[in-house]
Amino acid sequence: MSELNLEMVKEDPNPARKKHNARVEIDGALCKECLLCIEACAPDVLKVSETLNKMGYHPVEYIGDGCTGCGVCFYVCPEPGTIKVYKKIKAA
Amino acid sequence: MVKDILEKPESFYEIFERKSGSNKLTTHYCPGCGHGVIHKLIAEAMDEFGIGDRAVMISPVGCSVFAYYYFDCGNVQAPHGRAPAVATGIKRAIPDSIVISYQGDGDLAGIGGNEILHAANRGENITVFFVNNAIYGMTGSQMAPTTLIGQKTTTTPYGRSARNEGYPIKVCELLSSLEAPVYLERVAITDAKNVMKVRKAIRKGLQNQIEGKGFSLIEILSPCPTGWGMKPVDAKNWVDEVLMKTFQLGVFKDKTAEAAPEIIEQKEFTSDEILKILGASKNGSDFLYDKPEVKINYQNPRIKISGFGGQGILFLGQLLSQSAMRSGYYTTWLPSYGPEVRGGTANCHIIISNNRIGSPLGAETDVLIAMNLPSLDKFENDVRKDGLILVNSSLISRNVKRNDVEVLYVPATELADEVGNTKVANLVMLGAYTAKSKIFSHDCVLFTANETVKKKEFLKVNEEAFRKGMEYVLNNKHKKIKNTIL
Repeated sequence: MSELNLEMVKEDPNPARKKHNARVEIDGALCKECLLCIEACAPDVLKVSETLNKMGYHPVEYIGDGCTGCGVCFYVCPEPGTIKVYKKIKAA
Repeated sequence: MVKDILEKPESFYEIFERKSGSNKLTTHYCPGCGHGVIHKLIAEAMDEFGIGDRAVMISPVGCSVFAYYYFDCGNVQAPHGRAPAVATGIKRAIPDSIVISYQGDGDLAGIGGNEILHAANRGENITVFFVNNAIYGMTGSQMAPTTLIGQKTTTTPYGRSARNEGYPIKVCELLSSLEAPVYLERVAITDAKNVMKVRKAIRKGLQNQIEGKGFSLIEILSPCPTGWGMKPVDAKNWVDEVLMKTFQLGVFKDKTAEAAPEIIEQKEFTSDEILKILGASKNGSDFLYDKPEVKINYQNPRIKISGFGGQGILFLGQLLSQSAMRSGYYTTWLPSYGPEVRGGTANCHIIISNNRIGSPLGAETDVLIAMNLPSLDKFENDVRKDGLILVNSSLISRNVKRNDVEVLYVPATELADEVGNTKVANLVMLGAYTAKSKIFSHDCVLFTANETVKKKEFLKVNEEAFRKGMEYVLNNKHKKIKNTIL
């Protein structure tokens, strides 16, 4: 059983934005700026930050809304602890 | 089970304490490296199957050699390519363990090609994750067996040519010709869809092992942005557009449905049977001898025995160590020898102590047993002041140069000849040392020798040689021993 709803992945599934109660948290200190998540994100809600982290990378950040909670970014991210996806917003 | 939150799996350590440096939260992998994703998927599967406590990961050479920084499970480091052999050993010794062999392409298809072939052919119930990035990533992008035709690497600067370097090895196809493997699939770390297939394959590989079905190998095409000299996104696309042309994805073998779970017969041994196998007695007292009183200078000796290969140097060391065990001492035996059995030089280092032993190799030696001249030349100066040197004066024509040590000249080879076998010079020396140091009772040494010697026809000559050595020392007691020929 896949935890990803692949239907969501194909096209921007969320043109209206904010319909989904989901969000993504990115720990900027752990991001190595490989940009695989940005490339994979269908609703295109991730961007590169202008700040630098301690490793010298510009970490990726969430633009703040539009996340569908599909989890693709989590699975393509090679760092274990960088991305955390809340599929429903009720989780604090 | 659908989780509401996707986060770092619990099978990873929260903080990577074993990792060197100050950053203990990120992996040591380069940005965009496929290892990170594969690690994450394995850890997630370990979480879900609840196998963290019985999983043992084998990480041989490659960037993933440091897998033990991250996974909160058992780990054994294996020499380059040897993970399948190590995995076999662990799985057979602990059938309940979940053994994961995590290997790169240089490791598995190159130096370890033979290992994986035979582990697969035996159908070992293990799961192999074969990370194929078509290159030796860790060592600096050299050509690997899986490098594509025309691919430029540091060792194929003009591109790999079939004529010169052969064709890329397709491991899944190769292994699929064998009877035993249960599940062989090639997947790739590229887009989300393919990553999900990797996830599924990893789970299936582990599930097969949990159910005892047999050998599973999942080949994962994985980007190496640094080794390929590409940006992570380009590297990912290169897997998709180029690597997958040669290494086609798919299931190459799947006998999961019909594979019968392996039934491992756990033989129950009674305690009497175990004692018999170990040659021990119930309370051990039958085999224990009392420790004699030992002069302070001879206590806790660190002994070096050295001579030609074939003189029984290592065996003499074993007898000393085993006698020490039977007398209730702590002891270690550390052999060192060249590849030749006879004619080379051999030495061993024995420690016998009333206290626990930290290292089997000491900087100094208390007792040197030199069976030939090169040994005396080499080790004479390592003996501590007031230490003891036993010299096989049959073969060593010179005197010991130092005058701050105690020396016993024993014509061991000649005495051995007298009992009819030149080879038992080592037993003569054992007798001489035992008589001098009184560190074990004579009964204990003789009992040990009789227990240890495999060919029983030598028992008598051994015993005679031992007594010769002892008598020689005891009878020459009245003479001045210190650095003079007896």
